[in-house]
Amino acid sequence: MSELRHLINITDLSVDEIDHLISIADDIIDNPEAYQEICRHKKLATLFFEPSTRTRLSFTAAMMELGGNVLGFDQAASSSTAKGESVSDTIVMASCYADIIAMRHPKEGAPFVAARHAGVPVINAGDGGHFHPTQTLTDLMTIHRKKGDLGNLTIGLCGDLKFGRTVHSLIEAMIRYKGIRFVMISPVELDLPSYVQEKLNAEGVEWKVVRNLEEAIPELDVLYMTRVQKERFFNEEDYIRLKDSFILRRRMLDSAKDDMIVMHPLPRVNEISVDVDDDPRAAYFYQALMGKYIRMALILFLLGIR
Amino acid sequence: MNIDGVSTGIVLDHIQAGCGWEIYNLLGLDKVDCTVAIIQRVQSAKYGRKDIIKIDGDVDIDLDILGYFDTKITVNMIKDRELVRKVHLKLPETLTGVLECRNPRCITSVEQEIVHQFWLADPENKKYRCVYCDSVYKEKK
Repeated sequence: MSELRHLINITDLSVDEIDHLISIADDIIDNPEAYQEICRHKKLATLFFEPSTRTRLSFTAAMMELGGNVLGFDQAASSSTAKGESVSDTIVMASCYADIIAMRHPKEGAPFVAARHAGVPVINAGDGGHFHPTQTLTDLMTIHRKKGDLGNLTIGLCGDLKFGRTVHSLIEAMIRYKGIRFVMISPVELDLPSYVQEKLNAEGVEWKVVRNLEEAIPELDVLYMTRVQKERFFNEEDYIRLKDSFILRRRMLDSAKDDMIVMHPLPRVNEISVDVDDDPRAAYFYQALMGKYIRMALILFLLGIR
Repeated sequence: MNIDGVSTGIVLDHIQAGCGWEIYNLLGLDKVDCTVAIIQRVQSAKYGRKDIIKIDGDVDIDLDILGYFDTKITVNMIKDRELVRKVHLKLPETLTGVLECRNPRCITSVEQEIVHQFWLADPENKKYRCVYCDSVYKEKK
């Protein structure tokens, strides 16, 4: 019997395995009918101990399109956790009913605990501010589909680079590819944490900091937007002074490359003006679609089907 | 002052002066069924002053805990009054059930049954990270 695999952090997957997942997802897009019954009689448990819209819908849609079934809960109040059940007990119980588990939990490390006790593969669907590997897979799939390659790209990361877990994971995943340059676009208050900066330097990755979004745009192949949250600032004056520097507006794309793509993990609030939505370079809703396909590929991979 | 030698047991030497009691408690030596002596503030050519613990009995001690506490401590294993092994400590790769994660967002903060575990992330700076939440362990001030 092959060893049980889980996905807790994006680094649990090798570059070859990520490439394999992307090729499965490509094939699903090209030949959806070949996959529509492939998980018949298989069940995915979505154990969401905190509310989520996109991630849960995406996992549910992914399993349904593979012909499988989905069971689970979408908040801790409707699970035994409300009665004081431990994560490990919940997961052992869920392993009896499902073939694979996608789990979101507000506490960091909960999916790691789950993986230690589960009898079936566990996918971390987000654990607090810690890891969210399927978002990173979604981002990689989107870049692959839109740019054709995961190497030789200049990637602008804009907004909250200090607390944004999606940004940290994307950096961790992308530095394994050749020819990647980063342009960090954030207020000083939300600069990349020093341990991530140290990692970039240790890996010899080229990167720089630009304090104004408009200034950075012309050289970018990918612009990854995140939200600058008011509560991250010590005072409102600083927030008001800085927030407009990190809002993407349609006119700012005039200086962008024709094939640049704009990404965002969603939900957006106001950091991308709605007039950008109609620009062909806006890729954030396409990104949500890619999230479904790459999760389909991941389910097949962890179940040992592909 | 005369302290008898160890016939079969362990001598912990080069303990930083004043830390003997802490090591005694850390290793749970109050629970062992043999003679234990803590000798404090002994003259040392290497460190000026040092503490020594002598355990006269066949007991197992956790070298990981000791290594985490202070790698300068030397562990002398004695059998029939002869030194049979001298252990030079190093920082353990993992620490299980020794340190407690203080990150309030960590799963260990709400589930008491989970055994706290850390891995050595940076040996130069003695930096340990929680295996669950990856936060760096910070000593209590």
